[in-house]
Amino acid sequence: MNVDLFITCVNDAMFPRTGQATVRLLERLGHEVRFNANQTCCGQMHLNTGYREGALKLIRKFVDDYRDAEVVVMPSGSCAAMVRELYPEAARWGGDTELLREVEDLAPRVYELSEFLVNRLGVEDVGAYYPHRVTYHPTCHAMRVLRVGDAPLRLLRNVRGMTLLELEGAEECCGFGGTFSVKNPDVSAAMLADKTRHVLDTGAEVCTAGDNSCLLHIGGGLHRLRSGAGTVHLAEILASTEEEVFA
Amino acid sequence: MSGLHPPKPFPEAARDKVSQPQLRANLRKVTHTIREKRLRAVGEVPHWEELRVLGEATKDATLANLSDRLLQLEASVKARGGQVHWARDAAEARELVARIAESHGVDELIKVKSITSDEIELNAGLAERGIHAIETDLAELIVQLSHDTPSHILVPAIHRNRAEIQALFNRELPGEGNLSDAPAELAGAARRYLRHKFLTTKMAVSGVNFAVAETGTVCVVESEGNGRMCLTLPEVLVSVMGIEKVLERWEDLAVFMELLPRSSTAERMNPYTSFWSGVTPGDGPQEFHLILLDNGRTDVLADATGRQTLRCIRCSACLNVCPVYERTGGHAYGSVYPGPIGAILTPQLLGMADKNANTLPGASSLCGACFDACPVRINIPQVLIYLRGEANEEKGVTAEALAMGAVGYAMSSGWRFEGALKLARAGQGPLVRGGEITALPGLLGGWTQSRDLKAVPPQSFREWWRQREGADG
Ligand code: SF4
Repeated sequence: MNVDLFITCVNDAMFPRTGQATVRLLERLGHEVRFNANQTCCGQMHLNTGYREGALKLIRKFVDDYRDAEVVVMPSGSCAAMVRELYPEAARWGGDTELLREVEDLAPRVYELSEFLVNRLGVEDVGAYYPHRVTYHPTCHAMRVLRVGDAPLRLLRNVRGMTLLELEGAEECCGFGGTFSVKNPDVSAAMLADKTRHVLDTGAEVCTAGDNSCLLHIGGGLHRLRSGAGTVHLAEILASTEEEVFA
Repeated sequence: MSGLHPPKPFPEAARDKVSQPQLRANLRKVTHTIREKRLRAVGEVPHWEELRVLGEATKDATLANLSDRLLQLEASVKARGGQVHWARDAAEARELVARIAESHGVDELIKVKSITSDEIELNAGLAERGIHAIETDLAELIVQLSHDTPSHILVPAIHRNRAEIQALFNRELPGEGNLSDAPAELAGAARRYLRHKFLTTKMAVSGVNFAVAETGTVCVVESEGNGRMCLTLPEVLVSVMGIEKVLERWEDLAVFMELLPRSSTAERMNPYTSFWSGVTPGDGPQEFHLILLDNGRTDVLADATGRQTLRCIRCSACLNVCPVYERTGGHAYGSVYPGPIGAILTPQLLGMADKNANTLPGASSLCGACFDACPVRINIPQVLIYLRGEANEEKGVTAEALAMGAVGYAMSSGWRFEGALKLARAGQGPLVRGGEITALPGLLGGWTQSRDLKAVPPQSFREWWRQREGADG
């Protein structure tokens, strides 16, 4: 299949390894991977912080960049949720019926990585090898907006060499919430404290998730605690093999 | 603090609350307990999701013809001997209640189910006229005796523990001797105090859960039975309802009698459901007044995205699943409506120009747990995002708006983004230690209060891709 990547601005700038892992993984599964270098950001930060005009510009740009894609895959539940769930809303608020039509046409072709693999391709074993103790945090937008369900866990259970540890309070938000983390830092920190405590209680070396923005937050908390545990994106674990450990 | 008006912006009010470990421990325990019970109660209903859709549709249909439904309700209530009054705002509603009390020469009245009366600050309004209002819901009574305000829709004294209540009752309920902290003993003391009030007070004020337009039936759902006493023993009953509480048909109630108790107290059915229609000679109150309160609601109704807020049946399920409410408690929201529903209802009722209320839509990480829990499917995250936009329109040009504009410009093409990234890489130098940033300046400083930030790595994805394509081709 021709897969268009949307790497997301956070991954592009801060987590290039996640994008690289996504490319390796999809190519290993036999897909033709394309990257449109004009891409930037889905506009979520603008919309969620209440800057509709700024968001609409980025939404129109996303539509321009991906209008002709067969499928668009992104290693981020949050950005996929933005496109599928909030693009139509933003177009309505902006009174742009043409844009609404376009986003409704494009949205069903947009996938978060794990749902693309499991729900669209029916692949649960990607041949990964990752010899570490890992715990999985289901991010809010993947879980409650995209309803990816246990797709990420199915993929993780088939990773060889890995010990998967159950996370207490897994479904509780880590407290990132984009600009929420800087506008309401005290509440965000209180939520993060519970999340990092639960991660450390599992004894895992690595906390994984399908969203690097949440992991940036959890990882930042774990680092501040000098805990030794860290965070790795799901794509990097799935891309790892005995020959090439990605994460 | 009472009524709708938050005295502080949310982030400030939250900071005061988050730093109280006892409060956080109490809240965590109670919300998690109710949360799990609710999941069990909801899990018993195989068609729960369909019921939610039905609840949503029923409320939407009523709201779509709200003025007709209200006129129908008015006619039905009058036909059964009740009196109906319309109140545009809180002051009008207070005035109506005070006049009714004065016309009966009453200087003390009892109350039940009082969120709407708290919204209009009824107790304070009556006190100015020399009329004392007594709360009869046990938790409301605790809040009232301690000169406090409720912090939860369903568990108004959620922030109080047993020892505090013991000390309070020993101080405020004279003639009860020295009470221990045994729940039964405390409840007994409250019961004796309240029973006396029920039997000697002439007038009662209640809230309303639902009112049926076609029959003129008013309904209150409760757990303690104190409401039943209030609704039947006094001679005069005044019920205050927000105009969105009306339902069209008697059958519509069936849906909500299933949705409400399971969502709020996690019960299959609540212990007391009272219905009354007008007056019945020789039985119950001989004078019945229904006050229909607008107080900003028609403005909410006029807003296509915001109007779903009016579906709310005040079950409090959204509070109990909200990670923000769990850390701050209800008082941080500064309004009688706390938690996720408060974060959208309060600013809408007050208007987005209210400087403290318009920080409430920011009181959410947008995790979406509230939407999943809501029995009438109010898409709270969507309304929050929408209201943030409305608030920004009011605020005009701020430092944040300028920063977002700059980010938007950088994001307007891949090349500009790459350029901005190079600048960031060059600029972060002095801040980075061992690959991490531990203190950020300006608007972003909140981040590094409690977490480090990974430094921007030397190569971006797009640079890697270009390199790889170059090598391939
Ligand atoms: S918004 Fe929904 S969940 Fe929250 S109190 Fe209202 S009905 Fe209940």
